[in-house]
Amino acid sequence: MLEQQLFNALSLGCVYALFALGFTLVFGVLGVINLSQGAIFMVGAYAALTAITQLHAPLWAAILFAFVFSGTVGLLIDRIVLKPLRKRDAPHLIPMIATIGLGLAMNSLVQGLFGAENQRFPSEILPQDSLQIAGVSVTVLELGIILVSFVLMTVLMITLKKTQLGRALRAIAESPKAARLLGINVEGLFMLTSFAAAGLGGISGVLIGLYSNALFPLMGQPMLHKGIAVIILGGMGDIRGAMLAGLFLGFAEVLSVAYIGSNMRDAVAFGLLFLVLLVRPKGLFGSVQERKV
Amino acid sequence: MIDYFDNFWSIYSNLVLSLGTNALLALSIYLTLSCGMLAMANAAFMGIGAYTSAILTMNYGWPFPAAIAAGMAAPAVVAFLIGKPTLRLSGVYLAMATLAFGEVVRIFILNTDNLTGGALGLNGIPQLTMWWHVLLAVVLVLFFLARLRRSKIGRAFEAIKEDETAAGLMGIDVNGHKMLAFALGAAIAGLAGTLNAHLTFFIGPQEFGFDRGVEILTMTILGGINSLFGPVIGAFIITLLPELLRSFKDYRSVVNGLILVVIVLFLPKGLWNPAWMRKLIGLGKRGAK
Repeated sequence: MLEQQLFNALSLGCVYALFALGFTLVFGVLGVINLSQGAIFMVGAYAALTAITQLHAPLWAAILFAFVFSGTVGLLIDRIVLKPLRKRDAPHLIPMIATIGLGLAMNSLVQGLFGAENQRFPSEILPQDSLQIAGVSVTVLELGIILVSFVLMTVLMITLKKTQLGRALRAIAESPKAARLLGINVEGLFMLTSFAAAGLGGISGVLIGLYSNALFPLMGQPMLHKGIAVIILGGMGDIRGAMLAGLFLGFAEVLSVAYIGSNMRDAVAFGLLFLVLLVRPKGLFGSVQERKV
Repeated sequence: MIDYFDNFWSIYSNLVLSLGTNALLALSIYLTLSCGMLAMANAAFMGIGAYTSAILTMNYGWPFPAAIAAGMAAPAVVAFLIGKPTLRLSGVYLAMATLAFGEVVRIFILNTDNLTGGALGLNGIPQLTMWWHVLLAVVLVLFFLARLRRSKIGRAFEAIKEDETAAGLMGIDVNGHKMLAFALGAAIAGLAGTLNAHLTFFIGPQEFGFDRGVEILTMTILGGINSLFGPVIGAFIITLLPELLRSFKDYRSVVNGLILVVIVLFLPKGLWNPAWMRKLIGLGKRGAK
């Protein structure tokens, strides 16, 4: 039974990690807490649903479509809203408020278009098989979720660590001004980051939509709250930390449901977060910086 | 005329009075912001105040003034207790820790069914809030905050907001003042919660969650924190906007959200910005920033 729970926790944790990655990437590179990330997550799920029901796309194509669609939404948000604020050097609260407005608008736009009720993916496109691995029954769907998440995370990690692009991104995270002086195309990489981060958010929306098979316009809000908890647990802007903390939250939630009770499930993320912040103010994996006089 | 007013009041009294309670909430977060802290637990403090006072008037038959006092004292005490460890965090971390605390409060309310009614909320709270209670509360809080701004404590808040380290070196008790701002803000939020609970007949845990906390912050930032009028105006806008946009039906929140974005994009210092207004009526000196 424990193995079964651990497996469920792994697939849930992967999706949390994926969502938090996009979130923390935007914070790390652009320095913005993008509170519309939850809405982008939801937009991704609905984009995949539309691709499947209207265009009769296969599942993999729908996931790709969701990535591109939500990525484009993220790109537009950066160009139309965040860039002017950046130009003006607005304090970090201001872009946050703007993204709250955007999230609100997207949530209700989708509610207006699709209705407030739950939508489902047609059951025939979902892989129904399950495998027996070491006595644990594993659905192909869950296995696919884990696989997709791991592939995406690995690609992102390698890009950031090993490539010229990743080095440029890390330089921007340190200081956009210095990066610009070094001849890095800062605006271009801001666009790329916005696209990729929103795309990752959209894919995690599809995966959660497949996992729970319930899509509704406000599905992004609980995810957003958990995402916030995860990126703080992991240390703001820390990619590796966000991944570990996402997995950690998945395990903590599933195990607390199994051993404490389901009504405490939502308390876990924030209880943990509150405790961690008290003990380690920069997150579990973040590096501590203190202001020197 | 009187008929017309009665008619208007019976439809819109709740809206008009929530202008007042939202103004109180906006002022409560203004207080912590004016001390340089981005604390976002005000929705939770509002909830603590609302539940404390509602339970006291419903189950124990306390008179309303005593319930108001308790509704302000309870969140202030809680603020004091959680303030000790949390206020040493700064910036975004403080915001997130206080948001997390807010979620913990919401979940606590959700899971203590026999006291708080859990997810069903508390029903049948006596409607004790009169219109003049709200008006009086807003006026008193505004007066109090205006006095505070001009006092030694208010100056200390400002010094801490500008530069915490420098303020400490000048002999200002940084932690003490932060705690004071945090607890006072909690008490004001509790007052708003108490008045609101005894107005709307019903309270539920969802009213005091994450979205509420973000909404309170939005009101204040939108209005601007350079003056006490900013938060009040921000509260009015955020409260009235959904009503004014009724004709958009299903899409009114779309318009509502986009208006927020537009305001943020084009009015950098919030709506209440004396310099901008002076320029608008053609009296201002250019270049003052």
